[in-house]
Amino acid sequence: MTTLLMVKNLEVKAGKKTLLAVPLFEIQDGEVLGIMGPNGAGKSTFIKALALLETPAHGAIFLKEKDITNDLTLEMRRKFAVAMQQPLLLDTTVFNNVAVGLKLRKLPRQEVKSKVSAWLEKFQISHLAKKQASTLSGGEAQRVNLARAMVVEPDILFLDEPFSALDFPTKAQLLKDIKSIIKQTDTTTVFVSHDLMELRYLSDTLAILMDGELKQTGPTEEVLSSPNASTAAFINEWKSLLS
Amino acid sequence: MELLLEGLKKAIEMILSGDPEILEITLLTLRVSITAVLVSTLIGIPAGMFLGLARFPGRKLILAIVNIGMGLPPVVAGLWITLFLWRSGPLGELSWLYTPTAIIMAQILVSLPIVTALTSTAFQQINPKLILQVKALGATKLQLFWILMKEVKLAILAAVIAGFGRVIAEVGAAMMVGGNISGETRILTTSIVMEVSKGNFDIALALSFILMTLAFIITFSLTYLQQRKRSL
Repeated sequence: MTTLLMVKNLEVKAGKKTLLAVPLFEIQDGEVLGIMGPNGAGKSTFIKALALLETPAHGAIFLKEKDITNDLTLEMRRKFAVAMQQPLLLDTTVFNNVAVGLKLRKLPRQEVKSKVSAWLEKFQISHLAKKQASTLSGGEAQRVNLARAMVVEPDILFLDEPFSALDFPTKAQLLKDIKSIIKQTDTTTVFVSHDLMELRYLSDTLAILMDGELKQTGPTEEVLSSPNASTAAFINEWKSLLS
Repeated sequence: MELLLEGLKKAIEMILSGDPEILEITLLTLRVSITAVLVSTLIGIPAGMFLGLARFPGRKLILAIVNIGMGLPPVVAGLWITLFLWRSGPLGELSWLYTPTAIIMAQILVSLPIVTALTSTAFQQINPKLILQVKALGATKLQLFWILMKEVKLAILAAVIAGFGRVIAEVGAAMMVGGNISGETRILTTSIVMEVSKGNFDIALALSFILMTLAFIITFSLTYLQQRKRSL
């Protein structure tokens, strides 16, 4: 696998307070990378910085080995897609919601229509196309949110706890579907969660983020079976809860 | 009751007879009110959007001033415009006092704060995460503003309706800066005041029915636009 995105000495600050300090972090092409950590660890800040939605105080960002630190333009941002915890759908139909990213990129109408229809089908929500987004259930809205992110065929898909507000059966089905879609499309994915079960199911690689610092990174099962001194207490607590 | 019916009858008569003076007054009322609302909308929506979304020193003070402006008494607005347009005033050379332009200026002064303040409130209520999500979808700044505007379109139209309500009902400032000159600055509200002072209640009532009909048609149209089927 080749390195798709790399950050060096990344630092995000709020005033004088350092929210995130990551000396080195790499995302490999085609990998599903999970980021886990307790509340307030800086997971969402990390995603925002990686998706170029937040300008870091320091650091260098490389996309496919090209230094884009001073080129954090719209064109670069459009290579990524983000699905957040809340679906945050627009006040329009499901079709228009899924189409929005394509329309912003000014794709021809016919192409928008065919792409949206294909992704509605993949997420099994074609029957909802004409429904107003405000009338959807939580699970349906999250499917629309994910379809809206995937339709732009991003180089990297960022998922910021999109399953955390769903009930278990809905979450389980959606996890199954998104895993299959990611695999089919070979989409590089960064998945943030504080739920070990979700991360174990979806991620090839796991990074543990605590107090704004990456404490451990490696293959998911390896990190879980051999936590280091910094992550042991956090991971073992989760494992005992699951067992 | 008899007076009301008499007024309604008179209104119908005046409309059907095509009284040129009434037509002129009605058209001028429409012209000044629509112009004032249009200008207030064109300035108030971007200003409200900026005040609602941007963060800068002094923003709260400006918001407070705009909110105070919503309650600006029309006679005070009229007084300020008069002082500005008075022969020796800063804009005296323009000779706009006692012209429809002066009425439009006074009406803008009372409606602009309403449109601005209500628009600003609408934008302040947008979830900051939605702004981030729209950016993440690949929106340019202009596309972001357009999408957010569509998200709060109901509130924006409510702001325009409120601004129009203020303008169409305005009399004090129009009287002061327009002078209620027949054939030049006489509008429906100032005519009603004049007819009442002359004891012509039937004509005053007739004019009020015309004014209310205009207000109803325009407000209904704006409400229809507001409640139209939602689309992107």
